[in-house]
Amino acid sequence: MDMSALNPVAIAVALIVAATPLVFAAIGELVVEKAGVLNLGVEGMMIVGAIAGFAFTQETGSTTVGVLAALIAGALLAALFAFMTQVLMSNQVATGLALTLFGLGLAAMIGQPYSGIPAPPFPELAIPGLSTLPVIGPLLFAHDWLVYASLVLTAGVWWLLNRSRAGLILRAVGENHDAAHAIGYRVVAIRTAAILFGGACAGVGGAYLSMVAAPLWVEGMTAGRGWIALAIVVFASWKPWRAFLGAYIFGGVSIAQLNLQAMGVAIESQYLSMTPYLVTIVVLVIISADKARARMNAPACLGRPFFAAG
Amino acid sequence: MTWAGPLLAVALTMIFGMILFAVLGKDPVRTILIIFWEPLTNDFSRSELLVKGTPLCLIAVGLALGFRAGVWNIGAEGQFIVGAIAGGAAGLAVYDTAGIWVLPMMCLAGAAAGAAWALIPAILRIRFNANEILVSLMLVYVAGLWLSALVTGPLRDPDGFNFPESRIFHDSATLPILIEGTRAHVGALAALAAVVLAWIALERHEYGFSLKLFGQAPRAARFAGYREARVVMLSMAVSGGLAGLAGTFEAAGPVGQLVPALPVGYGFTAIIVAFLGRLHPGGVLLASALMALTYIGGEGAQLEMRLPAAAISVFQGMLLFFLLGMDVFSRYRLAPSKARLARRAQGGAA
Repeated sequence: MDMSALNPVAIAVALIVAATPLVFAAIGELVVEKAGVLNLGVEGMMIVGAIAGFAFTQETGSTTVGVLAALIAGALLAALFAFMTQVLMSNQVATGLALTLFGLGLAAMIGQPYSGIPAPPFPELAIPGLSTLPVIGPLLFAHDWLVYASLVLTAGVWWLLNRSRAGLILRAVGENHDAAHAIGYRVVAIRTAAILFGGACAGVGGAYLSMVAAPLWVEGMTAGRGWIALAIVVFASWKPWRAFLGAYIFGGVSIAQLNLQAMGVAIESQYLSMTPYLVTIVVLVIISADKARARMNAPACLGRPFFAAG
Repeated sequence: MTWAGPLLAVALTMIFGMILFAVLGKDPVRTILIIFWEPLTNDFSRSELLVKGTPLCLIAVGLALGFRAGVWNIGAEGQFIVGAIAGGAAGLAVYDTAGIWVLPMMCLAGAAAGAAWALIPAILRIRFNANEILVSLMLVYVAGLWLSALVTGPLRDPDGFNFPESRIFHDSATLPILIEGTRAHVGALAALAAVVLAWIALERHEYGFSLKLFGQAPRAARFAGYREARVVMLSMAVSGGLAGLAGTFEAAGPVGQLVPALPVGYGFTAIIVAFLGRLHPGGVLLASALMALTYIGGEGAQLEMRLPAAAISVFQGMLLFFLLGMDVFSRYRLAPSKARLARRAQGGAA
């Protein structure tokens, strides 16, 4: 094994790049689930966000337009899910799966002319003075603005859920939609808003993959990250900062296995590539094993359809 | 209304599909004809219906049983891959040995491996309460990587110039062809048998009753003395076993060897097939034929109309959306809202 190639600062930066898409997707899904809706379409919304961001950046030359397009694309796909599950009251599990299958196909179709083209560089938001410091500079002060946005998003969602009236209402809808409806909150409208927010976040997470992390478009490039984001929400017990931590743990696993591959460990690369998926399973098992605690943390109305009788 | 839903969904998908094709700059009517009609007009395409329909039908029948009970096995694709690996490895282990027992042994190995792969999420759900959707899905990626590792490693063809593929199976390890001159193999008969057996299990056996009861009223099922663990284990093992068998058929039939490109998403499309067939074995049979048609027609449209390959998956995804959307009309009845009733009453009084 060749250890000299390992640069701790470079690894830490790679970790941040690997974790950020997961932060966006997981935080978005966390809000959706807090409102009592289980959207299994994260993978589909992410990949559509990835191609929307990439394509709009290519066509307009502006990465800001790209990120905005990804946000809207994710929200549009989520709007479809919201219409199906909230208005037509279709099964949430099946509809989420449909969203993923549809999104993967749609992205592959739109993305066909874009494969193999490198993405234009994503501007870094280097903070003058601080970003040139050794070690701390590249680690803390020289990232693209989406990394900082993911931090702000996590803090914002934490504040919203735990410190604001809107968050209280959102949680009430997720814990007991009949009671929330009885005291006059519009369950369907609140849930729809949460679903759209989740879709927008997933879209941006996908865009981060194709515009910053890769940075190019490859068919099926999300490679299960949307599903891992769903697992992170369970791991986090529906708490925003724990979801942030979870995203970094999963990002760390994927970076670790990539570095092991690069060092030429005498294991076939495919077995190392399995680790993020296997770790997800192990983590799910550990977190879910305590049934009483798992039930206490999960929103009580998660996945249950709401119908305003009368 | 039960069967009008799927038919209406197919019709809506065709209409929106035509809009999609028009947006892509293709002649919409012509494209729809190529997808839904032309495959039926020649012998080869008709035989290909059996080739593509067989794995879809086998997998979807198993999934439908589980979905009835609220057991969400989403990882059929992984069980399909593991079935191909195990069946293929069993065939390669006795390479060049002739014998009528080779194929049954391969099928047994494939089905057992698929069932075992599906039992992982089942046991983790029962024992540790872990979500079977996420676990079974993660195992799809693991299975795909495992197949890729095996064909670049221990199962690689020793005379294959380092290409990542296994030896081509010898004659005794290849499925007999059903219709001379085509790729249609005896697996189609197994799929038919699975449909019949599933129908008996579902409609004429207590097992099917327990499945339906757990799906519709889990509390009542528990009071009635049915054990949830057994229902979960059995439905996961059955669907995994059928998916594994489909994987073995695919390897020992149309593909003829183990290659990384063996899985083409039948395990995921089968989810659509199960819903299109209304989770009913007979319906699944019809639905798998229709879905196979879109696969073959889609290939035709790719060649003739230069339609992007992914357009067909968009088309299939749309179908699932419309199906789920149509369900609202079979489960609920449209009624005027109370406000409108009140207004009408006022109007009548005035």
